[in-house]
Amino acid sequence: MQAKKRYLILLSAGACLVLLFYLGGVQLPAASRSRHDRSRHGYRPDQPWPHFSDPLHPFLPWDHTDTEEYNLHISPTQKRDIHASVYKGKHCRMDSCFDFSRCQKNGFKVYVYPQQKGEKISESYQNILSTIEGSRFYTSDPGQACLFVLSLDTLDRDQLSPQYVHNLKTKVQNLPLWNDGRNHLIFNLYSGTWPDYTEDLGFDIGQAMLAKASISTDNFRPRFDVSIPLFSKEHPRTGGERGFLKYNSIPPFRKYMLVFKGKRYLTGIGSDTRNALYHVHNAEDVVLLTTCKHGKDWQKHKDARCDKDNAEYDKYDYKEMLHNSTFCLVPRGRRLGSFRFLEALQAACVPVMLSNGWELPFSEIIDWNTAAVIGDERLLLQIPTTVRSIHQDKILSLRQQTQFLWEAYFSSVEKIVLSTLEIIQDRVLEHGSRSSLMWNSHPGGLFALPQYSGYLGDFPFYYATLGIKPHPKFTAVIHAVSPLVSQSQPILKLLAAVAKSQYCAQIIVLWNCDKPLPAKQRWPATSVPVIVIEGENKVMSSRFLPYETIVTDAVLSLDEDTVLSTTEVSS
Amino acid sequence: MYAPGKYSSRGPALIPRMKTKHRIYYITLFSVVLLGLIATGMFQFWPHSIESTADWTLDKRSVHDAPLVRLTASSPIPERGDLSCRMHTCFDVYRCGYNPKNKIKVYIYPLQRFVDDLGVPISNTGLSREYNDLLSAISDSDFYTDDVTRACLFIPSIDVLNQNSLRIRETAQAFAMLPRWDKGMNHLLFNMLPGGPPDYNTALDVPRDRVVLAGGGFSTWTYRQGYDVSIPVYSPLSADVELPERQPGPRRYFILSSQTAIHREYRAELERLKEENGEALLLLDKCSNLSQGAASARKRCYKGQVYDYPQILQESSFCVVLRGARLGQAALSDVLQAGCVPVILADSYILPFSEVLDWKRASVVIPEEKLSEMYTILKSIPHRQVEEMQRQARWFWEAYFSSMKAIGLTTLQIINDRIYPYAARTYEQWNNPPVVKWSSVNSPLFLPLIPPRAPGFTAVVLTYDRVESLFRVITEISKVPSLAKLLVVWNNQNKSPPEESLWPKVGVPLKVVRTKENKLSNRFFPYDEIETEAVLAIDDDIIMLTSDELQFGYEVWREFPDRLVGYPGRLHLWDHEMGKWKYESEWTNEVSMVLTGAAFYHKYFNYLYTYKMPGDIKNWVDAHMNCEDIAMNFLVANITGKAPIKVTPRKKFKCPECTAIDGLSLDQTHMVERSECINKFASVFATMPLKVVEHRADPVLYKDDFPEKLKSFPNIGSL
Repeated sequence: MQAKKRYLILLSAGACLVLLFYLGGVQLPAASRSRHDRSRHGYRPDQPWPHFSDPLHPFLPWDHTDTEEYNLHISPTQKRDIHASVYKGKHCRMDSCFDFSRCQKNGFKVYVYPQQKGEKISESYQNILSTIEGSRFYTSDPGQACLFVLSLDTLDRDQLSPQYVHNLKTKVQNLPLWNDGRNHLIFNLYSGTWPDYTEDLGFDIGQAMLAKASISTDNFRPRFDVSIPLFSKEHPRTGGERGFLKYNSIPPFRKYMLVFKGKRYLTGIGSDTRNALYHVHNAEDVVLLTTCKHGKDWQKHKDARCDKDNAEYDKYDYKEMLHNSTFCLVPRGRRLGSFRFLEALQAACVPVMLSNGWELPFSEIIDWNTAAVIGDERLLLQIPTTVRSIHQDKILSLRQQTQFLWEAYFSSVEKIVLSTLEIIQDRVLEHGSRSSLMWNSHPGGLFALPQYSGYLGDFPFYYATLGIKPHPKFTAVIHAVSPLVSQSQPILKLLAAVAKSQYCAQIIVLWNCDKPLPAKQRWPATSVPVIVIEGENKVMSSRFLPYETIVTDAVLSLDEDTVLSTTEVSS
Repeated sequence: MYAPGKYSSRGPALIPRMKTKHRIYYITLFSVVLLGLIATGMFQFWPHSIESTADWTLDKRSVHDAPLVRLTASSPIPERGDLSCRMHTCFDVYRCGYNPKNKIKVYIYPLQRFVDDLGVPISNTGLSREYNDLLSAISDSDFYTDDVTRACLFIPSIDVLNQNSLRIRETAQAFAMLPRWDKGMNHLLFNMLPGGPPDYNTALDVPRDRVVLAGGGFSTWTYRQGYDVSIPVYSPLSADVELPERQPGPRRYFILSSQTAIHREYRAELERLKEENGEALLLLDKCSNLSQGAASARKRCYKGQVYDYPQILQESSFCVVLRGARLGQAALSDVLQAGCVPVILADSYILPFSEVLDWKRASVVIPEEKLSEMYTILKSIPHRQVEEMQRQARWFWEAYFSSMKAIGLTTLQIINDRIYPYAARTYEQWNNPPVVKWSSVNSPLFLPLIPPRAPGFTAVVLTYDRVESLFRVITEISKVPSLAKLLVVWNNQNKSPPEESLWPKVGVPLKVVRTKENKLSNRFFPYDEIETEAVLAIDDDIIMLTSDELQFGYEVWREFPDRLVGYPGRLHLWDHEMGKWKYESEWTNEVSMVLTGAAFYHKYFNYLYTYKMPGDIKNWVDAHMNCEDIAMNFLVANITGKAPIKVTPRKKFKCPECTAIDGLSLDQTHMVERSECINKFASVFATMPLKVVEHRADPVLYKDDFPEKLKSFPNIGSL
């Protein structure tokens, strides 16, 4: 019996084991078999969207395309009117808050309100106004104007600031041409104040457009407002300093990889990012310095890190870092934009933006990815890895683009204001506006005028980018001021010599002489067409007018008494 | 073993009882073990079995086998959609994370059939052909992941392409039931036909929380810039009709209007334009005599005359795309496909993919109000611009409109560019058609800079063992005022350079680099010792160049820092008899190369030569011990699109008694070899990048009749 029991126990244990193995064994092959099954059925783990064999309906049935919409909707003119009345304030767009008809007759003209006695205007705003008054857009007649600019200083709307203009609300409402702000442009650099720094200007702007610094994407009305850079009082009115890049260095790395030096806000809006910078600081090639010392009562709020940070802060020179760093961090301050942005741009230090929700300056036209690294405040800790991963060829190109953009749009108040106006003009002349290529490549939107031609190949700047060659021939424009008396006059010799050149396509004689035009047969017979144009105003600069008769890209401008031989012309 | 012994001592009387006891014992034991096993089995299998059933539905080839999900009337509904959503507020970047490839991962929910509590489906078409195409294209792409935990973007398989076929409330409830919905965070919806009668909203009406909407027909008031993506309305015609690409140029009609659903107000306006301008305008409408159906969509009529659509689009330079009830029109796609320039009249419309595409180069946008001025506006556009637009329009269609795949992947790429902006595709990549990409040149040194004189240049002398000649060259170069440093590349491994004391005394640092192998490419290595931007490459036997000539060359280089500025000029010619390129060193009127036996260039080209030389050119040069200078000329001309600059008239460089044309050897084999190099390089570059010029640079007062001592560079050799 003992043996029996023993056997029984052994048997049961054995059975258990076998069962266990069996079950376990079943599990394993079952799992692997099911995997096999899938692959046999054409299933690949990386391609699980099945290729359905059943006939599926098109999303847009044929018969629906026409019938449903035909004439059912309200008339388009009605629709436009509805839009114009509904979309106001925060929803303003050119279509709803701008009167295009004002710009039709006289083109894009800007009127500046006369300055009132007793109104104080800050230097920066004075610079803006005089730039407009000196520009080709200016008109002194409000009847001709397409755009209106206030003479009331709206730049600084921080109530705690000494520049703050009081009672703006009533002053604006009393303007006779205000018309609820329609076709008005309001410049602003600072808005809101401690502690919440809202973007409210403190008066009702009605349907006016904003040209505002530090504007957030929330408040920015696309293709209506213009985001401008924050610039300092010292920003030059005209001219402006050039970029600091004198030559391209290879490899493009500088002493520091990434730098920042600025205030740290211990509490309140915008403090998070700057408070976290110390995590990334390594005191070697990533140098991010903050100081708590600002404001009167900083000691009250100071935290454990302040003393250490302040000491580190004083060890480095800002200018030295700016000039010797590949990337410059531009974190948000209390407001979204900061002076750091323009400083970095000028110093050819590629800006690394850490300012979530900031509508970057002139974002409507500038492709900032070509000149800056747009970071995300939430990913601050990744920033060093990110900038290190950027290839040196890319750095080289980013750096050069900072210089181009700085010189094209930012180096002076004049550039900033004219860029703003040109952007608005492009919206008004929709079909004759600049393409993104014109804005983002040398020489920039202020010099590549779409009024000359909409075709990029007509400009000398884009040949390489578009891979095209200029017209192989030239047009000679001869400026004639003296009457035709003898057949041996220099102008006739010149005509003959130029016409013989194999590269000459046509000759234009600009008759700027008081005597009437000589008869056709008095001009020598030439193999190329000679076109005689009578100058209307008989002024010198008419020789540089872009005559439509000029069919070639190249123009050879000549005086009537120039002595040239054919070979000199051709070679 | 102790217990059984004890039992056995009790005697046989107990056995039957023991047996039953044992039996119960064994049975319970067995059942416990079994239950345990089953439980563990279940535990192990449970989550897998869910996944495997999901996989199984994917494996099935019919949409009708997708699992049914029943919505109840009380299922939660998402919020309407937040107009203030932006990437930094409504999108969770942490899900995307940092990854070296800078590519987002996209997950697609498995197909489910949603029905309400009465069993009625939420959509009357279900999965459409187009949405199926879109999802399969995405699942075949690099963006796809089947791992839901690693995904950055989620795409529901609920088809909302056409709002008209949807039940709005139920569709919204279905979204909320998706397992990873989480307020729509990181979810992407594709919708091409938003809104419905009578007011035709410009964005999908289905409440959708924080979803990123890829919508066709956004207006500026519904489009959340930088968050939503504006996509085209896919035209099913493009799948069926093949329109061959046509050469840009003037066409039979100037303006064509082919849409059928035009409001009568606008049609009247178009009729008026037609009256004024006659034949230039073709105004088509539906054919009234044809029966409805697929065939009628392919026909258009004008006064009883029938035209094939979309073929007729190719007969016109401009094609009108007017807004209908909706802003987005499928006609835009047809027009682009035909290479016709779209004239878009749809106020406040956000053009498809306008975040990346430069529509100004492919279309004309005219305010609806100015419809009556359309003809005058279009007439004012130069011919060449129209041609560029025609080409551009066709390219946009091919790349971004032609299939659901193109539309889907472009959308994902745009979102990808927002998340990894530093790795975003460039304007040129998005906008330049392949023809332009091939022929265009984007010089890496594009900023027009004139570097200051002060840093000077570094002279790099390549030498093997001609020490005497080398020393003469060094002595001559050291007299050049702007020389900053001398770098001798000692290419002889068998012989050491002379002792330091033997070298000529020069006023600038002199550094000798010993190379590991005797390779010609060593002269173009971007040595750390080169600290200046300007490099003067010079052979160890160029003894005749004067310091005035060298200094002048450096000044010219400063004005043209992206070019090769050199002394010995050469030319490449096409040999018509042989049908290949030929190298020319005789006196000619033109120059297309300058030899790096004496040339200034930017240090960047050293870097490019060493690391970015296309094909096997570098190895080929080292193997043949020849043509490194020609290779450099090819490289620079190719990336800058510019010719080299030959400075000063000198043609004799090596020894006063040599003939005017110098050279390693003037024999025929040398010339043949050099010609071979040009042909080889041209085939590697797949083009001939060299540019021919007819000018050279000389000092302003070079041959002028003027006192020598007042000239900056008096000592410019005539030959």
